[in-house]
Amino acid sequence: MKLSGGDMLLRALREEGVKFIFGYPGGAALHIYDAIFRQKKIEHILVRHEQGATHAADGYARATGKPGVVFVTSGPGATNAITGLATAFMDSIPLVVISGQVASHLIGTDSFQETDMMGVSRPIVKHSYLVQKTEDIPAIISEAFHVATTGRPGPVVIDIPKDITAPENKFEYKKPVKVNLRSYQPKIHPHPGQIKKAAKAILSSERPVIYAGGGAIISNASKQLKVLNKILNIPVTNTLMGLGSYPAKDKHFMGMLGMHGTYQANMAMHKADLILAIGARFDDRITNTPSKFAPDARIIHIDVDPASISKIINADIPIVGQVKESLDALIKEIKRSKIKIDSEAIGKWNKQITEWTKLHGLDHEMYLKKSKSKMIKPQEVVQQIYQATKGDAYVTSDVGQHQMFAAQYYHFNKPRRWINSGGLGTMGFGLPAAMGVKLAFPKKEVVCITGEGSIQMCIQELSTCLQYGLPVKIININNQALGMVRQWQDMQYSGRYAASTYEESLPDFVKLAEAYGHKGFKVTQRNKLGPTLEKVFRMKDKLVFVDVYVDQSEHVYPMLVAPNGSMEDMWLSKGKKA
Amino acid sequence: MKRVLAMLVENKPGALARVVGLFHQRGYNIESLNVAPVDDGSYSRLTVSTRGTESAVEQIMKQINKLIDIIKVSDLTEGEHHELELALIKLGKIKDLKSIKKKIKPLNGQVIKNDSSSCVLSVTGTSIDINNLIKSLKRNKIIETVRSGSIGLHESNKTLTI
Repeated sequence: MKLSGGDMLLRALREEGVKFIFGYPGGAALHIYDAIFRQKKIEHILVRHEQGATHAADGYARATGKPGVVFVTSGPGATNAITGLATAFMDSIPLVVISGQVASHLIGTDSFQETDMMGVSRPIVKHSYLVQKTEDIPAIISEAFHVATTGRPGPVVIDIPKDITAPENKFEYKKPVKVNLRSYQPKIHPHPGQIKKAAKAILSSERPVIYAGGGAIISNASKQLKVLNKILNIPVTNTLMGLGSYPAKDKHFMGMLGMHGTYQANMAMHKADLILAIGARFDDRITNTPSKFAPDARIIHIDVDPASISKIINADIPIVGQVKESLDALIKEIKRSKIKIDSEAIGKWNKQITEWTKLHGLDHEMYLKKSKSKMIKPQEVVQQIYQATKGDAYVTSDVGQHQMFAAQYYHFNKPRRWINSGGLGTMGFGLPAAMGVKLAFPKKEVVCITGEGSIQMCIQELSTCLQYGLPVKIININNQALGMVRQWQDMQYSGRYAASTYEESLPDFVKLAEAYGHKGFKVTQRNKLGPTLEKVFRMKDKLVFVDVYVDQSEHVYPMLVAPNGSMEDMWLSKGKKA
Repeated sequence: MKRVLAMLVENKPGALARVVGLFHQRGYNIESLNVAPVDDGSYSRLTVSTRGTESAVEQIMKQINKLIDIIKVSDLTEGEHHELELALIKLGKIKDLKSIKKKIKPLNGQVIKNDSSSCVLSVTGTSIDINNLIKSLKRNKIIETVRSGSIGLHESNKTLTI
């Protein structure tokens, strides 16, 4: 049977197992939207802004591990998707973004709603396609999904001129059996020689640290991480992107590392004699000054992307391969090895970490804070959410202080539960991402921990949540200022708050939530926080917006001292350095 | 240090822009660039001259390799290689053709055209050879110069093919 381009597209997506498309129609995409109307298998979620579509698809992808799919129209539809593409690109999230384009004969003529989407998106996509022939659609879709989901995943753009999907032009639907690209063969299995070297180095070390990032989650390697450390019993830290890949409740877990990492995790990195980096990329928010990074450590770096290895910090033992397969090989090699790890030295090292934790761990610092303040502290909001959700929610967040507090105080025990924009740091990510997660897991608790700055960047999606019945819980940690900006202004600009306050212009979020057809609560007193959250999380079928007023003066600590600091140089509280 | 990178790129729309864009995005410069389809025409061979430390060039090559349309990339300057560039030079009216011919002879030079208004030369050689020649022609009036950018091959048995 012959099909039009639009019908081919929908059929190809269905064959890829796509259940949801997040999108927004417009002139150049209308043939495609008509094809959506002609089928029932894939549900289209009409967002209120294309940025919301990309973040929702992204949240869906992060929570499920499956690629998120987005439809947008040409011109402004396409450019509005750019922030979401960049967000997904930085965090290696598989997305397939299909943009309508003006008709082929109009390309290059500055026609209505024309933007060179291929050009505009080029630096922030893993790959992109301009469809030039209708009959190529099935093959391009297969290839796009293959590229987006394999190797180091990432977003792929498919730009389709309007004439390509015209209903009157029908062709035979032909799809290749298997995608095979001579120019793209991502490595899966590690080099056995490198694995041998790594095992030897680990087993000969006395102060080793496992530093695992987003790659461990993308590669579904949580089980391997646990098995590995059952053997080794060494301290583990996660990056912001890696939280949940190793259970936070495990005694060897030190919490997050880096800019706002725990005292013990940063100290352990600095003093380590061996760092096993797993699917992490030595981001500048981790290493602080690269030349002062972990002076005594040998570095083993496992990554599927060779370009991530030795980019910032030179790897002594580079291992190119998928995290899961590499860890499987490493575990096997360690079990087989005649060398036994020096358990006495490791015991001493673990004891040292326990001491650091006791000295300046987050719980201790928090106890001191609460005892001194009458106002609600932002950190305790996260602690209370953790209790109310029994630590088992999907938590999305936006960007800023609340994000760091969520990362520090919501203890993630499972992978894919912590959904945040780590690399790009995109405000406005949290709410649409929560929609994507809720669609994927309608029965699970989905919480968006946000701030009054971030939430206003994609607040329009409250309307989408009503249309599709998405009862996510939004906890707005409201400090009436752009908290992280303010913190930097306090610390580096002598408290000159340039453009970081709203001068009494904040909306009444309770009324706003109600105007969108949802429920809203405002909390200003500490003793109301716990009971309100308990009540809110019992309201299973309602989207609830909880506006929690918190202490504006609070900073996120620890904080690495920059510039020129190492990982042991930390601010522990206002005016107090480690 | 000057590096000459050779790569094979799928002959697809936008492929060249991805390579060129990458240099800009990652903060590297392109000194010269040459591109043309080779073999069955399904892919092109690109030669890029750039400058950078060993680790910077290693990073560029890794990033280039990551581009989906790149089939292979190789650093010609890491070993023995042949490097050649073509230049066309248009001079004003020549008084002493003989001395010009002598200067361009080592660069397989030819006088393509010579009349009462101008003289056009073609030369091939390494980029340094051509730089030196242009310097030595300074006394004549150089009206226009065009250079192809370096192209190159590995010496002996090392190859960059599919």
